[in-house]
Amino acid sequence: MNTRTLDYVLKRIGFSIMTVFVVLTFNFVLFRALPGSAVTDLSRVPNSTPALREALARQFGLADSKWQQYFIYLKQLLHGNLGVSYINGLPVWHNLTTDLSNTIPMVGLGTLLAIVFGIWSGVTSAWRWHRPADYLLTNTAIAFYSFPTQWLGLMLVMIFGRYLPTTGMNDPFAVGGSAWSHALDTFKHMILPAVAVALTLYGQYTLVVRSAILEVLGEDFVLTARAKGIPARTILRRYVLRNALLPIVTLIALSIGYVVGGALLVETVFTWPGIGLAVYQSVLSRDYPMLQGAFLILTLSVVMLNLVADLLSLKLDPRVAE
Amino acid sequence: MMTSSDVTTTDSPEEHPTLRWLRKLVHHRKAGVVGAAILLVFVVLALGAHWFAPYSTVNASGGVFAPPSGHHWLGTNDGGIDMVSLLIQGGRISMLVGFAAALVAAIPGALVGILSGYFGGWVDTILMRITDFFLVIPVIPVMIAIAAVWGPSLFHLIIAIGVLLWTSTARVLRAQVKTLRERTFVRRTVNLGASRTRVLYRHILPHVAPLLIAQTVITMALAIFYETALAFLGLGDPTAVSWGTIIEDGFLRTAISTGAWWAIVPPGVCVALVVISAYLVGQSIEEALNPRLRVANVSPRSWKIRPLVGRGKDAL
Repeated sequence: MNTRTLDYVLKRIGFSIMTVFVVLTFNFVLFRALPGSAVTDLSRVPNSTPALREALARQFGLADSKWQQYFIYLKQLLHGNLGVSYINGLPVWHNLTTDLSNTIPMVGLGTLLAIVFGIWSGVTSAWRWHRPADYLLTNTAIAFYSFPTQWLGLMLVMIFGRYLPTTGMNDPFAVGGSAWSHALDTFKHMILPAVAVALTLYGQYTLVVRSAILEVLGEDFVLTARAKGIPARTILRRYVLRNALLPIVTLIALSIGYVVGGALLVETVFTWPGIGLAVYQSVLSRDYPMLQGAFLILTLSVVMLNLVADLLSLKLDPRVAE
Repeated sequence: MMTSSDVTTTDSPEEHPTLRWLRKLVHHRKAGVVGAAILLVFVVLALGAHWFAPYSTVNASGGVFAPPSGHHWLGTNDGGIDMVSLLIQGGRISMLVGFAAALVAAIPGALVGILSGYFGGWVDTILMRITDFFLVIPVIPVMIAIAAVWGPSLFHLIIAIGVLLWTSTARVLRAQVKTLRERTFVRRTVNLGASRTRVLYRHILPHVAPLLIAQTVITMALAIFYETALAFLGLGDPTAVSWGTIIEDGFLRTAISTGAWWAIVPPGVCVALVVISAYLVGQSIEEALNPRLRVANVSPRSWKIRPLVGRGKDAL
């Protein structure tokens, strides 16, 4: 690793750390320091005496100054304390780790499907540039890119609801049974939400892959390879795809925030008990500690994944550092 | 996809210049013109919602989930309210939110883009760091957090969406201003002694204004998209019907298990139409300004070199 690469890596890490810090502060300011925000509402119990209000404010730590509250908040976060859910009284951290472990396989499967299908359709449409196949694939991609995520999910429910389960993660009546049948049941429940995630993402991926491939096809080395008489498919695989990989990785990384948002809507449609559904339910029940915790975890995971993508693109093309 | 066809245009001398301009526009920017026409239809319907809506959007005018018929072209919803009227009325609110949020986003977008592109140096570094930060944070959770804390209302929705969607405008404008600054006419004006404000106002701004409009149109589409997402999560204005709340109602009030596709399919199609048209218009404007977007690519099948600019006879 030369100095320039090291410099780049350190800069990216530094930026990520700064982003995390800004997110933490934003999270505090938004939920606590704004006038009339959620937590100050707690001390506005109807017909309350000043004494009660003061006691409530002290109980929730609102009697201290904002700066004191901020430092207490940061200190508690360092200890992994995200507060306690208003609804089930359990620590937010406990609730969210359960939710997150449900979200990751579903969204992961969906994103994987989207990447595979998006690369296939992007490469095909670039390969068939300005041919019927290109128009068909590109226009389909644009259409799926434009439909609202939750609407696509509802369409899946409407069309495939008869054949596949559409709510929850497991059949509530399937008691007993082996671990294998349980896993199979979970997988069946996972298909539709994962496909919904994939459908909302693949359109964007197709367009990105297509333009990246077209860009590389215009390069001189492709012309040289062609002049050398290398078969077209080999050129595509060895020369074009490899060089198009970098913009593809970068743009897939930039779409991670979009993945998170899409997953949130998809989980709501399919009542998949993940972090997105947790957000939806805490919005409905005004469970602010949960909302705050979920927001924090979602944002932090996006920042982390972006950092990983940055480092990955450095690995793919060391020139990135220059 | 978005290309003009190979029609060779012959200019007849007696034709009115405006007409000729229009004819050329239709020929060369087919996709953009189609997009603009669709957008125009939606805007007219939204503006004249009270005249165009055939039935009330408050009182029932048919049975519960009545299927499409001659009286109700798209049937009725769970409350017996005509779907066509709801769609028109909902389009009004969705377009309003989209338009207003896009305007909110245009201000920081233009300011950040122009300032960091023109001044460069530390101004650029700081502004681009801020932009990077906004690019990284996931949009929907932040919007949810803001809308949930402030409470559901149209105004909050517009602000929550607008303050997060300015990043791409800023980046596109920055790139444009950076190249403009180095162009001969701008450098000559500077050498002739024009002040910074004059250069910005007289020479830079007119050149980036169409780009800003293109970006704002695209942002409007995005804002409509996000409005439906927030409305679906119960953060829309409960007193206003929008395409988002129509989808939400269909979901919550069992339109699907009743088999009432007409209560849920049309709003999604409307959103997609507006989003696609806005993209077509935005891209057409950008392509017209920057012909390099259509620049040379080797077509893999035919291995022909694509013309740099124009097609047919006037290809370069």
